[in-house]
Amino acid sequence: MKQSQLELSAGAFVLLGIVAIVWFAIQAGARIPIGGSSYALNARFSNVGGLKAGSQVFLSGVPVGRVAKIDLDPQFTATVHMMLNQDVHVPSDTIASIRTSGLIGDKFVALSPGADPQNLAPGSTITDTESAVDLESLISRFAFGSVSSSPSPAVTK
Amino acid sequence: MLRLLQMVGRRSLVTVAGLGEFADFVSRALVAAPTARQLGKGFARAINEQGVRCLVVITIVALFAGLVLGLQGYYVLARFGSAGLLGTFVSLTLTRELAPVLASLMIVGQAGSAIAAEIGVNRNSEQIDALTTMGINPLAYLITPRLLAAVFVFPILTTAFAFVGIVGGYLSGSVLLGLDAGVYWSAARSSVDFGDIRECLLKALVFGLLTIAICCHSGFNTHRQIGASGSRAVGISTTRAVVLSSIATLASDYLITSFLV
Amino acid sequence: MIDSKLSPILTVKELQKQFGGHVVLSDVNLIVQRGSIVSVLGRSGTGKSVFLKCLAGLLEPDGGEIRFDSGGTNTSRLRCSYLFQANALFDSLTAFENVALPLEQTTRFGTSEIERAVAAALRTLGLEKFAEYYPAQLSGGMQKRLALARALVTRPALVLFDEPTAGLDPPARHSVFSMIIRYKEEYDFTALVVTHDVSEALIFSDRVALLEKGRIYFEGNPADFAASDDSVVRSFGDNAITDSASRDW
Repeated sequence: MKQSQLELSAGAFVLLGIVAIVWFAIQAGARIPIGGSSYALNARFSNVGGLKAGSQVFLSGVPVGRVAKIDLDPQFTATVHMMLNQDVHVPSDTIASIRTSGLIGDKFVALSPGADPQNLAPGSTITDTESAVDLESLISRFAFGSVSSSPSPAVTK
Repeated sequence: MLRLLQMVGRRSLVTVAGLGEFADFVSRALVAAPTARQLGKGFARAINEQGVRCLVVITIVALFAGLVLGLQGYYVLARFGSAGLLGTFVSLTLTRELAPVLASLMIVGQAGSAIAAEIGVNRNSEQIDALTTMGINPLAYLITPRLLAAVFVFPILTTAFAFVGIVGGYLSGSVLLGLDAGVYWSAARSSVDFGDIRECLLKALVFGLLTIAICCHSGFNTHRQIGASGSRAVGISTTRAVVLSSIATLASDYLITSFLV
Repeated sequence: MIDSKLSPILTVKELQKQFGGHVVLSDVNLIVQRGSIVSVLGRSGTGKSVFLKCLAGLLEPDGGEIRFDSGGTNTSRLRCSYLFQANALFDSLTAFENVALPLEQTTRFGTSEIERAVAAALRTLGLEKFAEYYPAQLSGGMQKRLALARALVTRPALVLFDEPTAGLDPPARHSVFSMIIRYKEEYDFTALVVTHDVSEALIFSDRVALLEKGRIYFEGNPADFAASDDSVVRSFGDNAITDSASRDW
């Protein structure tokens, strides 16, 4: 009958629609490792300059996790809490640095692994860090010619 | 001068009374939901009326909106040498702003006007009075299923709009203008985060309830139109429904955006 | 049976209704006995429809009392149907769906029970072949019968008829009234008919009431009405016949 047709198309519409919404949400949330096992790692920075919860963490250019949250402790240093994929282990002398994709792009955390045979345990804190580069101070330093005299690690690229 | 003040006062009183009456109308329709019989039947019909019938027009509008966004965005971004951000630009613009607003405006044009006209005719030919005399709550029978359908239809069609729009941006940005497809898609995918989707769906939900309620209310009160009756009153209440719904969409969009961001 | 026939099903006391200072009903008193056909006559614009709408609950009276009496021990709300002048059928529903609507929405009947009741009502009114037709595809007389089927399917105790003969030619008018009488026996309801069709009303009604200047001016048997010496009643009776004929263009 006509009524059952009506109900059929309505049911199909709602079902497909909800599937689409969920898929859409998962696509967007794909950067958050949902369900996938991960472990916590912290890093202390003097300046996180625009990094925010949800920013990505890269190791050799490969995304391996994301920033869970950022705290400010009483010493005015920022502690970045990261969640890393379970199967990625980094040596204990790893350096964490905050980089920018492109000139004005998103901030992300780049991990540069060291050579120590011991790996960082879950929940431990990286203290060997490079803070975000302040573009304006960089430009001003460049303008006043002081770049070459005090090479900053961040300028090497 | 005194008369001007008096007029302002009267107008504002009428406006406030109208808003109160509207809120009363909506709340009574929602309260009637548990008592409504055969709600599924009316709900299925309303889903078809608002959702299925609008799918085609939503797809077409979304495709062109995406195509234009891709073109314009590409030229502007290329000027700054960051055409790679096109995916970000298109997907964020669509999810946060264009998809909810344009989808809402299109559904109002297609389904909202039909709802207002249909309920207006129901009112005109005493069908609403007939419901009352049969002991059927007209709000529960005519309004409640439509409001419930709006809760589902608007978020769904908004999602469809956003998706088709992003594909449209890909077509003009990548296929037409030669931006690398991988760059476009990865930027589009990684830039939209959970908060953006929440904003998008929240807007869709608010627009849906607001606009469909306005259209229902306008049609339901066709007989209270001042200075017009009969078929002309149906025409006026249809126009009114579309105009007020469009204004409500854009005004509430501004409010939601300014409070949320 | 005799006892229940003598008990009033509807009592109206001092009913008042005005619209923005314009008094339509000033003091209406009427008692309708169970199982009877009562016609309320009156010139157009005397508030007959307003009176009926107050009874049906579509208009809120400004004063007075309307009391329905279900008769038995059952004190639940009286089942009362209203037959609109323009039928007020749902034009987007088929004939079957129109009749099924009150059952679906107000009773706990299952689908098969509803189907049976609707089919029976349509058959009684000779519409069984038109179940899948839309109201717009039916003739005026069939629409009227469909509206009656919808009104009767809930087995009401009282049916309010608002100008059932408006817009019909004389033979059709006659058949509408004989229809009321026929189905009254079958469905056992009380009929309150508002009409300006004096000649038909006098033939078919048990009681006749004349609404004039916001009150019931005359109430009695059709024979008394026809024989009345009162000038208002007389002038109304004489004029209305020609009036109603010329009105129904």
